[in-house]
Amino acid sequence: MIRLEKRPSPSRFWTATTPLLAVALTMVAGGILFALLGKDPLEALRTIFWDPLFHPQFASYSRPQLLVKAGPLILIAVGLSLGFRAGIWNIGAEGQYIMGAIVGAAAGLAFYPSGSPLIFPLMVVAGALGGWAWAMIPALLRVKFRTNEILVSLLLVYVAQNILASAAVGFLRSPEGGGFPGSRNLSQWSSSANPELITGTGMHWGVVAAFIAVIFAYVLMSKHLLGYQIRLAGQAPRAARFAGVEPGRLVVLCLSISGALAGLAGLFEVTGPAGQISIDFNSNYGFTAIIVAFLGRLHPVGILLAGLLMALTYIGGELAQFMLGLPAAAIQAFQGMLLFFLLGVDVLSNYRIRFGRRSVA
Amino acid sequence: MTHLLSVEGLTKAYPGVVANDGVSFSIAPGEVHALLGENGAGKSTLVKMIYGLVKPDSGAMTLNGGAYAPAEPRAARAAGVAMVFQHFSLFDALSVAENIALGMENPPRPSDLSARIREVSHTYGLPLDPDRLVGELSAGERQRVEIIRCLLQDPKLLIMDEPTSVLTPQEVAILFETLRKLSAEGTAILYISHKLEEIRTLCDAATILRGGKVVATCIPRETTAREMAELMVGATLMTPKAAGAAPGEVLLSVEGLTLGAASMFGTRLQNVSLDLRAGEILGIGGVAGNGQDELLAALSGERRAPPGAVLFRGRPVGALGPTERRRLGICSAPEERLGHAAAPDMSLTENAVLTGTVRKRLAGRGFVDWTAARRFAEEVIAAFDVRTPGPANAARSLSGGNLQKFVIGREVLQAPDVLVVNQPTWGVDAAAAAAIRQALMDLAGKGAGVIVISQDLDELMEVADRFCALNGGRLSASRPTAGLTIEEIGLMLGGAHDMEVAHAEA
Repeated sequence: MIRLEKRPSPSRFWTATTPLLAVALTMVAGGILFALLGKDPLEALRTIFWDPLFHPQFASYSRPQLLVKAGPLILIAVGLSLGFRAGIWNIGAEGQYIMGAIVGAAAGLAFYPSGSPLIFPLMVVAGALGGWAWAMIPALLRVKFRTNEILVSLLLVYVAQNILASAAVGFLRSPEGGGFPGSRNLSQWSSSANPELITGTGMHWGVVAAFIAVIFAYVLMSKHLLGYQIRLAGQAPRAARFAGVEPGRLVVLCLSISGALAGLAGLFEVTGPAGQISIDFNSNYGFTAIIVAFLGRLHPVGILLAGLLMALTYIGGELAQFMLGLPAAAIQAFQGMLLFFLLGVDVLSNYRIRFGRRSVA
Repeated sequence: MTHLLSVEGLTKAYPGVVANDGVSFSIAPGEVHALLGENGAGKSTLVKMIYGLVKPDSGAMTLNGGAYAPAEPRAARAAGVAMVFQHFSLFDALSVAENIALGMENPPRPSDLSARIREVSHTYGLPLDPDRLVGELSAGERQRVEIIRCLLQDPKLLIMDEPTSVLTPQEVAILFETLRKLSAEGTAILYISHKLEEIRTLCDAATILRGGKVVATCIPRETTAREMAELMVGATLMTPKAAGAAPGEVLLSVEGLTLGAASMFGTRLQNVSLDLRAGEILGIGGVAGNGQDELLAALSGERRAPPGAVLFRGRPVGALGPTERRRLGICSAPEERLGHAAAPDMSLTENAVLTGTVRKRLAGRGFVDWTAARRFAEEVIAAFDVRTPGPANAARSLSGGNLQKFVIGREVLQAPDVLVVNQPTWGVDAAAAAAIRQALMDLAGKGAGVIVISQDLDELMEVADRFCALNGGRLSASRPTAGLTIEEIGLMLGGAHDMEVAHAEA
């Protein structure tokens, strides 16, 4: 018989170790999966985890992709984690990401083809505001009418996708695009471009913003009274009200931060790696960031590492499809295993496993 | 006399603690046997083993001369053992009869069951209408549902865990009549309680547990309450002493406060008025669920009231939140320790920040001063003798009594002008309860005004200068505690429900 026994206090050792254990278990189970598919498991794992960074031929292309992909994931996930800690579930970061990109791009394109150095900062502010405003819809509906922010924020993603499509073929379509959908290329207009800051690293302003957000969130959660109130509201809502936390204020605040950060991520993406508003501009960063937030245990540093790991499995997964002919579904299953094991071994931080013959009392 | 149940050397260990260590005792048919001990002494574990909820590691039980080792409560019930738990397992939205049917293996037809319920309730003087919704019943009536549910099984042994903690004095009298009647018919009763005077009036024998072991047995009628308490605690008890300051100016007053219920089956506060003077303790009695939570929330600031309904030193504070009220000097401690007064998974240091930021300056410019917070937590731990390895431990790792000492200590050490506490010693062992009461009296002695909301009337008689009763959301006028009899208090609390019927039966 195996029994689980609740620990009096969560184990610090296991809280720190479980992510590593989960990665190890994923490698074992993934290796078995790849072997069953007739591939050399070690080679497959090497292609996913090692080659994107160190392969003599591909690394020069794929290494910068790591930060390009991790940047928006981390930026969005850090914002989401604040709300998740407080028990406020913003599932619609994808929509806020799209709206940030549209509003930011529109604000910049309004001044096309000016060369003012103020345009990019203006776009950044507009991008944040776009995401913020989109997140305020579920926030205010919840505070005023007690609607469920999970549903409202999620459904607003589909609204945002339709606005994106209409922007790409309508009000933001490039007049010089020969009738093709899509806006002017923002990464090629010097006033709006968000270029690679250090050649060969993939570092752009969005990645810088992600790092700043990690530091900001870390300080907020561990040192600031607001971070304490966020944690308190998530763990013990009644105690939070007793401590003087206004639940409505917290809802607005958490959705503000996560919406603005998602909007920023969208803006940096549209001015940099994506380059333009197009129908398929969004690439599920907003949803994947939810996984990243939980993979990082809602902790800023954890999210930083989880974002990098997630980006690595995406890039490595693509590489494995291309090099070894692994099916895309196998890569998705592999990523699913990672999340499964992480949540599964999580039990160890709060419970102790006992082996013994005695039956459960 | 032959024994109905005898327990021989029962041992049950949990990781890190031996809950029961070679416990032996026995009950004869018709005997009312008390099980005494502080919280954590092992009473619950012992009765859970008898009721088949927990399996002993070693030891044996015999029932009616045969070996008895129930694997589950169903087996215990089949063998004639029934139990009334301290916390009821009833559905508010179902009727009395439906609730009882849910607990039966083969429930009879509803009309037959209702008739049986009426018959049993009539026989034992426990008036109860089978068709009423449980949500509308008082705590005492809910307990009757649980008792009747047990009596329908015709038990030979009835286990009762802290049955009187939710009852008014008159309801206690009714319950005791019923128990005596059962005992006279040969049903043995195993009675768990903290209240020593009750045990002295009701029980034939007592087994006293401390630290999982039987430390003494006694005949309660021939032993004083103080002697029994000292056997339980294993030390000489101190009686809280009032410092005896003369009441001063009015600190806090509530004028015509009306406030909606906090939950569906909560109670609406209706036109509540009170005055609290410096240096006095105002005791508010009444069974929990009669507006106690709502009153505390209105005073702490969790629920907002019209500004003028709550006045602090003449200033309207009804619309202020908890933080602003703390800044002015109004602190409070709610009833529910885990999840309301303290966050279970947070450390004691973090829990010190929960209410201490303003008055203990634990935050500056929005940033928490964790060093100061830890120092404050350590101060509370030291001053209130909180048993814990240190302030980094999670609140849920503390026993109820220790956490309660921490919660009360956290508020008292903030030196409030007004302190409002709800059920300050609920589920707390005798030594901790005495320490908490002493701290409240010391605080009043220094000139603060203290409101103690409690359903423990002995506690209120001990600490309070004035007494008023909260019943159905209405607060009675206050009366000085000195000279108040237990009968008068019972009448202030609205007496017992359907008391007349019970008297006719008795």
